[in-house]
Amino acid sequence: MSEPRSGEHPVLETHGLTIRFGGHVAVNQVSCAFRPDTLTAIVGPNGAGKTTYFNLISGQLRPTGGRVTLYGEDITALPASQRTRRGIGRAFQLTNLFPQLSVLENVRLAVQSHAGMGLNLFSVWSGHVELIERAEHYLHRVKLTERRDTLASALAHGDQRKLELAILLALDPDLFMFDEPTAGMSVDEVPVILELIHEIKSQGDKTILLVEHKMDVVSSLADRIIVLHQGELVADGEPATVIASPIVQQAYLGLAGHE
Amino acid sequence: MTRRLLSGDYPRSRMLATLLLLILAGLAFAPFAFPGTRSLDVAAKVCVFILLVASYDLLLGYTGIVSFAHTMFFGIGAYGIAIAATRLGPTWGSLVLGSLVALACSALLSLLIGMLSLRVKTIFFAMITLAVASFFAILASQLSGFTGGEDGLTYKLPQLLLPGTKLLEAPLFGVEINGRIVSYYIVFFTAAALFLALLRVVNSPFGRVLQAIRENDFRAEAIGYRSVIYRSVANCVAALAASAAGILYALWLRYAGPDTTLSFDIMIDILLMVVIGGMGTMYGAVVGATLFVIAQTYLQDLMKLASDAAAGIPLLPDLVHPDRWLLWLGILFILSVYRFPAGIVGKLRGRQ
Ligand SMILES: Nc1ncnc2c1ncn2[C@@H]1O[C@H](COP(=O)(O)OP(=O)(O)O)[C@@H](O)[C@H]1O
Ligand SMILES: [Mg+2]
Repeated sequence: MSEPRSGEHPVLETHGLTIRFGGHVAVNQVSCAFRPDTLTAIVGPNGAGKTTYFNLISGQLRPTGGRVTLYGEDITALPASQRTRRGIGRAFQLTNLFPQLSVLENVRLAVQSHAGMGLNLFSVWSGHVELIERAEHYLHRVKLTERRDTLASALAHGDQRKLELAILLALDPDLFMFDEPTAGMSVDEVPVILELIHEIKSQGDKTILLVEHKMDVVSSLADRIIVLHQGELVADGEPATVIASPIVQQAYLGLAGHE
Repeated sequence: MTRRLLSGDYPRSRMLATLLLLILAGLAFAPFAFPGTRSLDVAAKVCVFILLVASYDLLLGYTGIVSFAHTMFFGIGAYGIAIAATRLGPTWGSLVLGSLVALACSALLSLLIGMLSLRVKTIFFAMITLAVASFFAILASQLSGFTGGEDGLTYKLPQLLLPGTKLLEAPLFGVEINGRIVSYYIVFFTAAALFLALLRVVNSPFGRVLQAIRENDFRAEAIGYRSVIYRSVANCVAALAASAAGILYALWLRYAGPDTTLSFDIMIDILLMVVIGGMGTMYGAVVGATLFVIAQTYLQDLMKLASDAAAGIPLLPDLVHPDRWLLWLGILFILSVYRFPAGIVGKLRGRQ
């Protein structure tokens, strides 16, 4: 539908983004720009600061230094809820749902938020059939239709991950952030997720950040890879080049380093 | 029709539906079914407390907010009417003005408390509301020139609402239709309408967000709901409903004082009613308030009968002496919480 816009202005930029926990610098001076129609994979060993970097972008954490801009506008001081309203969508590494609400309701709440209907006090929720139908559509996309009336807490781990993604889809963001979406999933469930990310990518105008450990997944989906190591951005480029670089071989793939 | 009235939130239990219909019929026909000053007092108090407890359920059951300031808002409503009627005379205009000023004060105060303190942890918010409510109670008793202090205020109401005003020449179904009956029906219909409005709020898109925030406020923020705003609005709606209950109570009693509205005992009663009835169900407020107010009123009578009947038997008359009624109520409460942790409504729904 739209032409490639990789050359356009970045959707999201971080400028010298830094956060300290006590003496420990979890994200250190990370400056990076993310353009539309690009899937950027973020890799790095456990504890490198990938999830923390995500938290700084989507607003769960406030940085000790640096700025985050969305379409050139400074959003560093905005709470998470407002960043979501402006088009940043996030799926969490550790599944984070509304456990005692139904699967459908988990998604319907996200649809309702996107429709800006949260402060409607005087209509009956179940009368807004269009919201329910849209929620059902997203459940169908992650193949959870049969579980719509189950409580989220009663789902198996893999299904909870899928529900997490349905919520993300329901927010219809411009910027998708996936934090290890296939972690802990059984082999036969992984393709559903990858297929989904592929579909979003082929829409052509979305900006996608993906934290992922499986190198085959990364190299098949990513247009670009950035590497975090001990909170610092240590490599950035085409997938093939980055994967082949000594710093990745050493720092990420954990091969014995040459001192 | 029923669907719109109940906002699609049905009792979902035949037993519960029957119980609710019985309570509704009992309250709607109270002046004729239970004639007598005392029983009409009980019926009016039930109406007021259903509204008061339902508004507290919006906070505690639906949003997960623990507030001890609910009686303060109840008191603001009652004193609003009382002060207006005392100062400006017993006219409809002064009652309307007093109500409006009271509601505006409650809205402002609740939004202020909400915005300033709903970001903090539940327990701290509870402490802050406790402090504000205590301060308010002290203020009410100190400003005695204005509020009547510990004695409270007794005042006149417009002619139509006075017991001496006869509306019909002949009694209807053996009951004289006087100003008290008019007052009762004002209380009954207003409480019923506001209860249905609260039921609508908890079943609105907004009400669904409140439940999401109660479940997982971190995630609610992440999908775009600013929880402090939703909590503050819920706090404000609950405060307005509590003030409306206070207005109705002051209209009925023709008296407002610390022990009918502001006291901490009432706050505890509200908590007991919402827990006994079943939190987060709205209908729990109806069942809880009805049973509690009736028990509160008639348990003492019942115990006096038992105590007299047991005269001569050692220990027993002492145990069931009317002065021990609170002890027995406490035991009933512990048993009911132990037997039905989800309240009466939860228990009845669970049987289906
Ligand atoms: N809230 C926090 N408080 C203290 N330390 C934290 C916090 N969040 C993350 N960290 C630390 O920051 C580092 C980076 O963590 P994280 O971003 O989760 O790594 P990754 O997602 O790359 O595995 C870790 O050492 C972690 O212990
Ligand atoms: Mg992580």
